[in-house]
Amino acid sequence: MDYAFFLQQIVFGLTLGCLYALIAIGYTMVYGVLRLINFAHGDLLMVSAYIAFFGIVMFHLPWPAALVIAIMLTGLLGILIDRGAYRPLRRSPRISALITAIGVSFLLENLGIVIIGGRPKSFPVPEMFSGYVAVGGVRIPVLSFWVVLITALLLVAVVLVVNRSKIGIAMRALSRDVETVSLMGVDANRVISFTFFLGSILAAVGGILWCMKYPAVEPFMGVIPGLKAFVAAVLGGIGNVTGAAIGGLILGLAEILIVAVRPDWSGYRDAIAFCILIVILLTRPTGIMGEDLPD
Amino acid sequence: MKRRVLLVVMALLVFCAPAWASEPVNLGVYLPMTGNVAAYGQMAWSGITIAHKMEREVLGRPVDLKLVDTKSDKVESANAVSRLIEREKVVAIIGEMISGNTMAGSDHAERRKIPMVSPTATNPIVTQNKKYIFRVCFIDPDQGRIAAKLADQELKAKTAALIYDISQDYCVALAKFFKNEFAKTGGKIVAETKFKTGDRDFTPQLSAILAAKPDIVYAPIYYTEGALIARQAREMGLDVPILAGDGVQAPELIKIGGKSVEGVYFTAHFHKEMIANERGKKFLEAYEKETGKSLDAFAAMGADAYFITVDAIRRAGSTDSTKIRDALASTKDFEGVTGKITLKDDGNAIKAMVVNRVKDGEFVYVTTINP
Repeated sequence: MDYAFFLQQIVFGLTLGCLYALIAIGYTMVYGVLRLINFAHGDLLMVSAYIAFFGIVMFHLPWPAALVIAIMLTGLLGILIDRGAYRPLRRSPRISALITAIGVSFLLENLGIVIIGGRPKSFPVPEMFSGYVAVGGVRIPVLSFWVVLITALLLVAVVLVVNRSKIGIAMRALSRDVETVSLMGVDANRVISFTFFLGSILAAVGGILWCMKYPAVEPFMGVIPGLKAFVAAVLGGIGNVTGAAIGGLILGLAEILIVAVRPDWSGYRDAIAFCILIVILLTRPTGIMGEDLPD
Repeated sequence: MKRRVLLVVMALLVFCAPAWASEPVNLGVYLPMTGNVAAYGQMAWSGITIAHKMEREVLGRPVDLKLVDTKSDKVESANAVSRLIEREKVVAIIGEMISGNTMAGSDHAERRKIPMVSPTATNPIVTQNKKYIFRVCFIDPDQGRIAAKLADQELKAKTAALIYDISQDYCVALAKFFKNEFAKTGGKIVAETKFKTGDRDFTPQLSAILAAKPDIVYAPIYYTEGALIARQAREMGLDVPILAGDGVQAPELIKIGGKSVEGVYFTAHFHKEMIANERGKKFLEAYEKETGKSLDAFAAMGADAYFITVDAIRRAGSTDSTKIRDALASTKDFEGVTGKITLKDDGNAIKAMVVNRVKDGEFVYVTTINP
């Protein structure tokens, strides 16, 4: 195995891992506050990709405007989903909210099919995100730089918000005890809406970057990245933002490296990635960075 | 009161009237209208509906098309067929487009003795040991052989790398046939990589291929993956020619693949430049007038499946499924849109294959290979 080949795989693995990480952070934030696995999270990727696609192709918006609109609208959709589907079930058993989440996911996917149709659309990748830089024997796609940079920036921002800001304190407090925190004068619903907004924005950014890397936009495009991101979030310790990012990186690197080192095993890529998950969870049941959260 | 009774009687009369005139012949169609291979289903459906407009009647009765979406899924395909047979009471079925789904759907049709005609399921197992299942396309051993010949003679390849989808019967079998035939020409497979439907990142597989330095890449896969693989390969500096099968001939290949798919060679069912007969010319004209789009392979294959089925019902002289089946099996030199088609008793077709390639963002006709 030569050195450049290995480095090349690290570049690919990091890129994929960062995409998983971006999506996983949103998963983990909502879980941290609400103890709800928001299965519709993956489909927000698809929504943001479609909005960006239509913004650029149909309404001929300059791409930065289209992307900002897509990200904001997806953030608002996240709040809307919470209001419409999860808030009415706040006091019902957790399983009801979980099933509702699956329902919202199916709703979004099927709306996509009915409104837009099932055939994949080609996402227009802006010039500045295409091409590559050759360093030694390694080709680094320009997009990889952006993906890593954007993920790192957003991760730092989210960690700062959660740990330093007032609303972050409220979020962390809510994750411990909703009733008491509400009695202390914190508007729980506002904080939860903010959490959904932030999580959905991250999913939207992840979705747009995903489409620039794999430019086929279709109604089910969010399912697999969503599932992988969920795994990453569990791996990192669900509820923990930094853990989710680490989980995403591990999963992305593992998937790429396994296939690159043993191409004849390429059919078992997911199986091996999930075996790693099982082993880590057996040794650390709460995930890498996870702590035992009170129920 | 009297008036109300009269009204009811009149309504009943109106309701029953069509049954007296002529009951329609129900023709089932199950296609992937959504999901991973939706492009095939949607193209075929536009072909079938236009063919239906050209030939609306059989045995003096109107033909009624009943469409069910399979969502590109095997379980949904099996359900679609039982729904068509049990609820819609169809006399024959057209579909599915891809091999795995057709295999899933064919069991029930075979059991209930309802003839089925697939436009483009090329895996040999689709019709094996099945009396009622037919297809109007060539089969993969032939496609693998022609691809190996192309690789050897046209592209002068001594070594090849494979990349294919292990969750699709079509891809696995076609890769195997190519491998055997390529070995016969003295060629060597230097890398064999796989992925699963839904995968979007192929960089590690392509890295392994790049490291093996093949003369060509053989990719017997569907269009979305084909486009993404070409993009990722070119970005990584894997510039060798890509050879593919009939599965890549969808506009999405070019829309998503862009410049990366330039020069991709593939064996295919059809190119509109090969149209030589009256039916083909009429269909081409009707199709382009109706849809405003250029006629593609899967629309033409869908139309041929329709024309052949209706022709068989006409020759059978009844809607009895066994008679339709026998009429299908004796189809000889049928002048279809995609050329002459003869159906054998084993359900397979004898027909020509074409070679196409992508040039300047379009599918360009290269040559026809007669059976």
